Amino acid sequence: MKLRILLIAFILIGAAAIVGPWISPYGVSEVSSARLASPGFAHWLGTDLHGRDLLTRLLYGGRISLLVGLVGASVSLLVGVAYGLTAGYLGGCIDNAMMRLVDTLYALPRIVLVIVLISLFDLKLKGFLDVTPLAFLAPHARLLLLFVALGLVEWLTLARIVRSQVLSIKERPFVLSSRLIGQTTPTILIRQILPQVLPIVLTYLTLALPAVILEESFLSFLGLGVQAPLASWGTLLADGASLLNPIHTPWWCIVFPSFALASSLLLLNFIGDQLRQPQK
Amino acid sequence: MTTFIFRRLLSSIPVGVAVVVICFTLIRLAPGSPFSSERALDPATKQMLESKYRLTGSIPTQLFCYLSQIAKGDLGESLKYRGRSVVEIIGQSLPRSILLGSISFLISIGLGIPLGAWSAARNQDRAGSILNGLAILSLSIPTFILAPTSVLFFSFYFHLFPPAGWGEPSQLVLPAVALALPFVGVCARLVRSGLLGTLGSDFIRTGRSKGLSETKLVLLHALRPAILPLISYAGPLAAGILTGSLLIEETFAIPGVGQFFVSGVINRDVFLVSGVVLVYCAFLLFFNLVADWLTALLDPRIRLDS
Repeated sequence: MKLRILLIAFILIGAAAIVGPWISPYGVSEVSSARLASPGFAHWLGTDLHGRDLLTRLLYGGRISLLVGLVGASVSLLVGVAYGLTAGYLGGCIDNAMMRLVDTLYALPRIVLVIVLISLFDLKLKGFLDVTPLAFLAPHARLLLLFVALGLVEWLTLARIVRSQVLSIKERPFVLSSRLIGQTTPTILIRQILPQVLPIVLTYLTLALPAVILEESFLSFLGLGVQAPLASWGTLLADGASLLNPIHTPWWCIVFPSFALASSLLLLNFIGDQLRQPQK
Repeated sequence: MTTFIFRRLLSSIPVGVAVVVICFTLIRLAPGSPFSSERALDPATKQMLESKYRLTGSIPTQLFCYLSQIAKGDLGESLKYRGRSVVEIIGQSLPRSILLGSISFLISIGLGIPLGAWSAARNQDRAGSILNGLAILSLSIPTFILAPTSVLFFSFYFHLFPPAGWGEPSQLVLPAVALALPFVGVCARLVRSGLLGTLGSDFIRTGRSKGLSETKLVLLHALRPAILPLISYAGPLAAGILTGSLLIEETFAIPGVGQFFVSGVINRDVFLVSGVVLVYCAFLLFFNLVADWLTALLDPRIRLDS
């Protein structure tokens, strides 16, 4: 019951982010003379330093933030599950080596990894996309990389969880019997063990989604994530924070992006909490 | 005990080396050079600079030079802040970050444990779910939202605390609280789920049947085993506070190690970044060590030496 309300609220946010920018009379990057106008009838949530409508930008930023979250979480899901399954099932030396790698990556600040991944491959990917039929994606090469990079740093916890599950599942009789009837290792992993870990993995998705959105906003806030013509909740918040000054601060530029980001994260965390609770 | 500490120290050396190797390689591979600025350097100067800092040759050679240098206790010189050694920069800025971080650490533990314990003890009624909601609320609002909004309200509207700077205790309040609040929620959730598990166990039922009050039961008996998950979270918590402080230091203009780290990454200042990462890594390993030791202290069934 409560879960349903939370889900509907989240879907509404998503729908608003998808549909909103089309309905809005203002363009995302449409500059006007009404600079830093306070919230009113013309601009419901006010305008920013360049006179752009904040509501339109928030809805548009929501698209990017939610998209990054979804794609990043899916990447982390794929990598984490594959890694955890392999390490747990093969066991022994391989498992040990694979898990030490996870420990090492844990100790490495993620921001370094993401920055290096993005700056290493940004131009290469752009050049590669230009000569393929996917040339229309080339200007967004950085965004694509951000998806992958965030997914690639978020998989560590999941790999650990999956591995520890697999360690106990692989000792169960049905795994032994499927090995006896001659199923190959990949088949056992995918057909027998994967369905057993799937519930935990899907619950973890509700944790990974807000984590990736958070990470993207964090990077964008530092100026390392989503870049100028595009906007995300993180960049909008960073823009707002840069306008902080003791004399006259346009509060709407800070409060509304904060509210959009915080309420989505809150909803996702509540949904995850509900899902993880045992059903009464 | 001594064998345990010794073994852990020994096993953390390869982790430290691996972290430095990965960090160094990634930064050297990244496009852009620490010596390039707006004006193009002529190749001869660039080569001289590179050979001065021993950054010539293949990456494995450079790495070997750097590692042997570290083994002698020298972290090299910063490439951006010319003439200052990495040890000197870290030595000046790290104490500030540690002070800020430890205050936030204490706040998150000090508020998180009671909040979690209370919400678990009142699990059946409305107060419990409200407290749990409070914990989720605090863990959902990230540091980089708290920092600008708290400055906006508490510094500019109510003039309670200074908006930025370093040196006076009042300047510490906003950054420390903004850094700690998300982790209060995380700690509370960990304590709550641990406590909910222990409250259902046999020894609690025994205690209740011999007439112990509910408060005593929770505080004296159930909390001790329930706090174990929180302690094993100490390592990640310390890491989270360290990375969080990158942002807090930017926002509140605190001259801590995080600022140097961010500018080091942007400028490809390979020695500075590797040095800071090494220090971070040492912190993490240390916290994990302390966490394991505390776990064994609280739960006598766990043996460290085996």
